[in-house]
Amino acid sequence: MWRVLAALPQKKTLPRKRLVRLGAVFTAMLASAIMLAACASNPPAARNDFGPEGAYAWVNRLSWGANPASVATATKMGRSAWLAQQLHPTDRVLPAAAQAQIDAMRISKEPMPVLLRELTASNEAANALTDDAAKQAARTAYQRELNELAQQAESRALLRSLYSPAQLQEQMTWFWLNHFSVFQGKRDIRALVGDYEEQAIRPHALGRFRDLLGAVVRHPAMLRYLDNDQNAVGRINENYARELMELHTLGVDGGYQQADVQTLAHVLTGLGVRVQEDDAKIRPALQTQYVHTGLFEFNPARHDPAPKTLLGEPLKAQGLGEIDEALDRLARHPSTAHFIARKLATFFVSDEPPPALVDRVAKAFLCTDGDIAKTLKVLFDSPEFSASLAPANNGFKDPVHYVLSGVRLAYGDRPLEDTGPVLGWIRRLGQPRFGHVAPDGYPMVASAWNGSGQLATRFEVARAIGTTDRGLFGAAPPAPPSLSGPWFSQYMAPRLSPATRDALAQAKTAQEWNTFLLSSPEFMAR
Amino acid sequence: MKRRELLAALAATPLLTLGGRLYAAPQAGAKLLVVFLRGAYDATNLLVPVGSNFYYESRPNLAIARPGESPTSALALNADWGLHPVLAKSMLPLYQAGQLAFVPFAGTDDLSRSHFETQDSVELGQALDAHRDYQSGFLNRLVSVLAGAQAARPVAFTEQVPLSLRGTAQVPNIAFNTLGKGGLDARQSKVIADMYKQTALGKQVEEGFAVKVDAQRAAAEALDAASGRAISTKGFALEARRIALLMKDRFDVGFVDIGGWDTHVGQGAATGYLADRFTELGEGLAGFGEEMGAAWPRTVVVVISEFGRTFRENGNRGTDHGHGTVYWVLGGAIQGGRILGEQQKLEASTLFQNRDYPVLNEYRRVFAGLFSQMYGLSSRQLDQVFAGVAPSKLGII
Repeated sequence: MWRVLAALPQKKTLPRKRLVRLGAVFTAMLASAIMLAACASNPPAARNDFGPEGAYAWVNRLSWGANPASVATATKMGRSAWLAQQLHPTDRVLPAAAQAQIDAMRISKEPMPVLLRELTASNEAANALTDDAAKQAARTAYQRELNELAQQAESRALLRSLYSPAQLQEQMTWFWLNHFSVFQGKRDIRALVGDYEEQAIRPHALGRFRDLLGAVVRHPAMLRYLDNDQNAVGRINENYARELMELHTLGVDGGYQQADVQTLAHVLTGLGVRVQEDDAKIRPALQTQYVHTGLFEFNPARHDPAPKTLLGEPLKAQGLGEIDEALDRLARHPSTAHFIARKLATFFVSDEPPPALVDRVAKAFLCTDGDIAKTLKVLFDSPEFSASLAPANNGFKDPVHYVLSGVRLAYGDRPLEDTGPVLGWIRRLGQPRFGHVAPDGYPMVASAWNGSGQLATRFEVARAIGTTDRGLFGAAPPAPPSLSGPWFSQYMAPRLSPATRDALAQAKTAQEWNTFLLSSPEFMAR
Repeated sequence: MKRRELLAALAATPLLTLGGRLYAAPQAGAKLLVVFLRGAYDATNLLVPVGSNFYYESRPNLAIARPGESPTSALALNADWGLHPVLAKSMLPLYQAGQLAFVPFAGTDDLSRSHFETQDSVELGQALDAHRDYQSGFLNRLVSVLAGAQAARPVAFTEQVPLSLRGTAQVPNIAFNTLGKGGLDARQSKVIADMYKQTALGKQVEEGFAVKVDAQRAAAEALDAASGRAISTKGFALEARRIALLMKDRFDVGFVDIGGWDTHVGQGAATGYLADRFTELGEGLAGFGEEMGAAWPRTVVVVISEFGRTFRENGNRGTDHGHGTVYWVLGGAIQGGRILGEQQKLEASTLFQNRDYPVLNEYRRVFAGLFSQMYGLSSRQLDQVFAGVAPSKLGII
């Protein structure tokens, strides 16, 4: 197993780009002034019914895949109540068998600080061994333990994605995990990803962006992944500072300069990870500033106390407060609103979202101080969103969405007994959770996922889902699902092309019929 | 003893008779395979600096003995360099036939010493001080500039398309270890392909099925051939033959990676963990050449790794992350049997940061030089593959 130790590259910004960025920030500030002036206006009242494409299309877009139970729920509730429930979920209860699997996991029983302390101790013990064979064996055992913890995190997320009634929250959890992407293969991050998703991301997935950002900035998974635990006064590491602006808030053309990256790196000094339970020894003058909660540590002795100017304005607060002040500024910046709005519209509407829609969503983000649910409501109420539900305007599922939607359609709420095969398919298709090496997250556009190898493998996955792959349900697998019933005729059949109907007519068995349906261009559509 | 082994190997290896210098000028049908050893292999025990006393001082437990001193001695290549002894049957005959060369002091200027970071930067092949475009790998850029008679069909023998092959050109990928599970029969495949015929994805779907069928055939053929020949039938030794069966007719630019080279602890010397990995790699590369058959003189294989390892052994009879490494170049018509590129004496004073091989042959310059010879690229084309890079003139071909 590789040990991954060092920092990401320190990228330089080209002068020409700086000019472009300065232009962009000016435009964004102007736009912000206009937006704020327009905050008071009321959006047009949205319709209460599901419109021409019906509940199926809505559920399919806002969940990890429509199936009879989820469409029935939405139909019964009506659009407004169902959408409100998805945006502000109160029911997150999983089927008992799925919850029991989660409860049995080590990551559910032991808090992250305890886990990491145990693992760190066994790693240190391994390294202290003098016999080569014993040392190698102990190191392998340590790696295996880390792998198991990451696998549990993936399994837990899979069970929630498949069975949680709060489907939009699950999609948004994935969206933000990808936005604040960490790679499990680096250092001991495998022990941290479960907590990262559960504590930093999911609770804020539909909440306030600033809270989400704050939780990420304080989480050891991110601090490790982007090397901020090695960023200290006198030993500056710009890695996190750059990505925090480029990928997490302002966007690459969001109007910051190399000087801002350097400043933010200094702001972030002292923010790190302390595995030991006891506090670091700090000289008395700084002790009141010291914070150590769980694994998170703010160490004022490592922090640069010099006065700083970020994005053209001085920062007034000190220590950890200075970091929060900087995050406030970034989270409320119009460039951030625009960057997040475009990403949300790309995820939910189109690879090339209409600029007018992005502007409206960005305005909602700014006007609500980054309230994610309220911002999404504006997106979902838009005519552009409704139009995108028509089959001709659908996007292309990424691998995670493809696999989850197939399993949800085929097996409904019957919980998997073994998550291994489904995680294996997602891995084969190239999109495992916590598996993207670079900090930019997986690409969201169709062209990243519709290559020939990807498609051929999807058809094999379709066959495995459609014929009840033996690994899914243990010793007593259910009969193959029968997808061709009246529900199919009512909701899916009208959306199929003549070529797909021809293909289904050629199926010789129910399993083959399932395979063809799950392989169809329509089922690839988001 | 050594001579007898060599003669036996020559007799048993038909590909050696295919030699000939067919590469006088760039020609159509050129084949390129890049083999990435992930984890940073210990190049210092592959291409052994037998002329350096400092090497023997630095590696009291790990050093490979000077040629002739024992049955586990390095195989002499020239006065300065020897080859790891487990490659006597697989790689030494190729070297002696001029079909294998090494480029020591090769690598990247990336100094992070992180596997994850450096593999990415090498595969992207972009300037280190520019913003990274993760959707533009150097092999994809190569494929994109090759057109007309030289149009090259790319392929990745990996579970996902690697960074080096990401970009504008569509690249199929084939993972032999997951092949054949849950396959669809010919009728089912046709029904599915027909669903897509009138859609924008029609071509990709058809190609996906076709590649899968060929890959399955190649996988089976290689296994049959192997069982008849009593060669190793597992790991890279088998995979490389499967790759060759696909590349000789169907693909022109390929990529494969092999993990397991991060030897911090107990790596062994003439025998042991690393020696076993070299055995498997050597057998694989020799088998690849053999299976390429008539296409071998048009083929170039380059074996690379993200960085080298520390020149001195560590306290665990292993080595840690270093800097410069050694690239291998193989092919039926290369100017091999030589150690190529800038070199320098290996002494304490010449080590990079007093610990590692320096990088004297930057990898983008090495590849740029190779590509310009293989494909006769114009400077404008070369600039699209490696912006602002002056090609090395190593005379590989």
